[in-house]
Amino acid sequence: MKAGMKFAIGAVLIVGSVGYLMASGIKETGQYFLTPSELSQKLATDPSFYDVGMKVGANVVPGSVTRDVASQTIAFRISDGSATYPVVYHGLAPDTFNDSVEVVVEGRLQRDGVIHATDVLAKCGSRYESVPKA
Amino acid sequence: MTLLGSLALWVAFLLGAWGAITGFLGASRERGDLIASSRHAVFAMCGALLVAVVSLEVALFRHDFNVEYVAAYTSRNLPTFYIWSGLYAGQKGSLLFWATVLSIFGALAQWLTAPRHRVYLPYVGAITSLVAAFFVSVMLFGHSNPFERLPYTPIDGRGLNPQLQNPGMVFHPPMLYLGYISITIPFAFAMSALLSKRLDTDWLVAIRKWTLLSWLFLSVGICLGMWWAYVELGWGGYWAWDPVENASFLPWLTMTAFLHSVMIQEKRGMLKKWNLGLIIGSWLLSIFGTFITRSGVIASVHSFTQSSVGYFFGAFLVVSAVASFWIYAKRLPLLQAESSLESLVSREASFLFNNLLLVGIAFSVLWGTLFPIISEAVTGTKITVKAPFFNQVNIPLGLALLAFTGIGPLIAWRRSSLPNLRRQFAVPAAGGVLGLLVVLAGGMRDFYPLVAVTLGSFVFVTVVQEFVRGVSARHRQYSEAWLLALGRLISRNRRRYGGYIVHVGIVILFIAFAGMAFKTETEATLRPGESVSLRSPYGWTYTFTHLGVSQYDALNRQVTAATVEVARNGKRIGMLSTEKRQHVDAEGNPTFQPSTEVGIRSDLREDLYIVLAGVVNGTEQAVYRFTINPLVWWVWYGGMVVALGGLIVMWPGGGAVAVRRAQAGYAVKLVAEQGKPS
Repeated sequence: MKAGMKFAIGAVLIVGSVGYLMASGIKETGQYFLTPSELSQKLATDPSFYDVGMKVGANVVPGSVTRDVASQTIAFRISDGSATYPVVYHGLAPDTFNDSVEVVVEGRLQRDGVIHATDVLAKCGSRYESVPKA
Repeated sequence: MTLLGSLALWVAFLLGAWGAITGFLGASRERGDLIASSRHAVFAMCGALLVAVVSLEVALFRHDFNVEYVAAYTSRNLPTFYIWSGLYAGQKGSLLFWATVLSIFGALAQWLTAPRHRVYLPYVGAITSLVAAFFVSVMLFGHSNPFERLPYTPIDGRGLNPQLQNPGMVFHPPMLYLGYISITIPFAFAMSALLSKRLDTDWLVAIRKWTLLSWLFLSVGICLGMWWAYVELGWGGYWAWDPVENASFLPWLTMTAFLHSVMIQEKRGMLKKWNLGLIIGSWLLSIFGTFITRSGVIASVHSFTQSSVGYFFGAFLVVSAVASFWIYAKRLPLLQAESSLESLVSREASFLFNNLLLVGIAFSVLWGTLFPIISEAVTGTKITVKAPFFNQVNIPLGLALLAFTGIGPLIAWRRSSLPNLRRQFAVPAAGGVLGLLVVLAGGMRDFYPLVAVTLGSFVFVTVVQEFVRGVSARHRQYSEAWLLALGRLISRNRRRYGGYIVHVGIVILFIAFAGMAFKTETEATLRPGESVSLRSPYGWTYTFTHLGVSQYDALNRQVTAATVEVARNGKRIGMLSTEKRQHVDAEGNPTFQPSTEVGIRSDLREDLYIVLAGVVNGTEQAVYRFTINPLVWWVWYGGMVVALGGLIVMWPGGGAVAVRRAQAGYAVKLVAEQGKPS
């Protein structure tokens, strides 16, 4: 019985640390995943919702993409039909990125109203498709 | 051929249903005629599905573009090597592949199971038939029949996604599928044991090879997937904690836990409930993996199209989980442990902790993967977690697990005495400290990599000590030559020493993962003749000089290639090319998005990894990303060592001795326990 008790203490320690690591991990690294209209709703209820790490999933507005290869900067707009936000991304765009794809933009909305992206994932919904991370 | 294929699918479906019904009825009512009929249905279903596969391959190789699936995944200019893999390149074909392989495994289980384990087979046949019939029914009723024809015949197909045109991709999906699918056999045996109340250790012995087989396929499949992601996707790493990667990792974790905890049940008659739970859980996780890759419930860059197929899998997952755990719960009273833990300093206890850690890791990975759904359901806002979450949680847990990899083999069963511990731990602990001192002297100051090296050396020395002791014992006892003694030591105790070799592979992998903490990269836009420098974690400096851009047409693609000259500390060491490829159809029109070919130069210390991001319009000015990835080759070596160890454990023949010994040990224990006055 004594060994059983000791084991139970060890088990509680392990389970506890797994739980603690998970809780703190989510608190520290979790990110909102929003659509443009959810983002504008958030801003309406909480006007200080700037400079918060988030992901925004939407479609690229056709014809809105401007690329500057030399400085590796892409600017484009994303929209879900009801709300639209401009995005600036400095870095290498994924191969599949163009102006008709669905994207997940990771970054922060700044006071200038532009989403400064740290990562752009392009999603091609039509078939099995794996996309390199930018 | 498509008519034959569709017909074969229907026949397979009916046979599967028949096999399941007769199997369950025959086994529960002990009706020999029904059992025999079910067994025949298993073989016949396998035959029908093979006919379907051959029909699909014939359509693929004949370029029968009137078949929607053929037109969607192949084209006239697709290299022959990749036409074969068209079978599992798409949703519909991969369902057929799943069902067929499962059916083959089911037939093999009926055919190869040893006579004394045949009592389990009626239920096993019923369950494999049921699961295979489910997959066939998804094809037939979920708008996923690969033999569907188009109302017109396209001149050419759309071709295979260029990112799948990679040798790794020809082998990676089938390996992973084989791993997922083969878990069904141990699951079927476990359910059979539960249903027929034959819950002694026999069913564990019957599934030993099968559990190892799925574990081995999963391991190899995961490694090949990492290799493919590394050389083909071009983001600079091999593991991104993408939901689909996680889905393959989850059953691997629970199977690994099972392979360890099963030894406790064999030796000590403990953990019966836990082991059954692990098998059922692993199987459900394999179905869960199939579900999330197909349903689109979780956004993943890897996923198939969102489709109604997801509902089928979701429903199947829920029904199977409820059914199997209901039976499990009903049998709990029969699953009492035959002995209890005697000491915390025992191999049992260390295996239990290792199991808790493996399951804890699995739980955190599952939780992180599902968190977008969970958070949306609970708070209404979707919150996602990415690589930082998984790393933050799993690095400490993984390192703790690594520690137990070394501790477990050093502690005796039941209880260990203090002098015994001193004798066992002295050398490995010294080895760990030595490893730590070496890297400290080398200038490493990062906490987790230091811990990884210390524990890695500790585990490695543990394994070496075990081998040295075993070999010298044989050398003394039988006066065998050293090498012969080593060979016999391994071949007479394949499970134990094969397992140690797996541990060495795991150590190599941990060290290689730790190496990625020192990854460095830079991006640069260069004109011909311009160069950029990058400092390696080993202290030397690489200089990359852009030489120029060339454009040319190849078989099914237009290539833009850029070349750099690489120098280390000013000394030229070679050239590297990286390409952007635009795949084209037979008429030269572009198909798919452009893809990237990475330029990689590997040695044992580090990889130079060069990606061409683009060429400034009309000039030879190129945009590059240069990455230095330390120790990447060791990931592939580690994977090979793990596979080698797994193969040694699995190799036919030697297992029998170990099994007999395990059973003998168990019998002795039973006698001893029964002899004890209670």
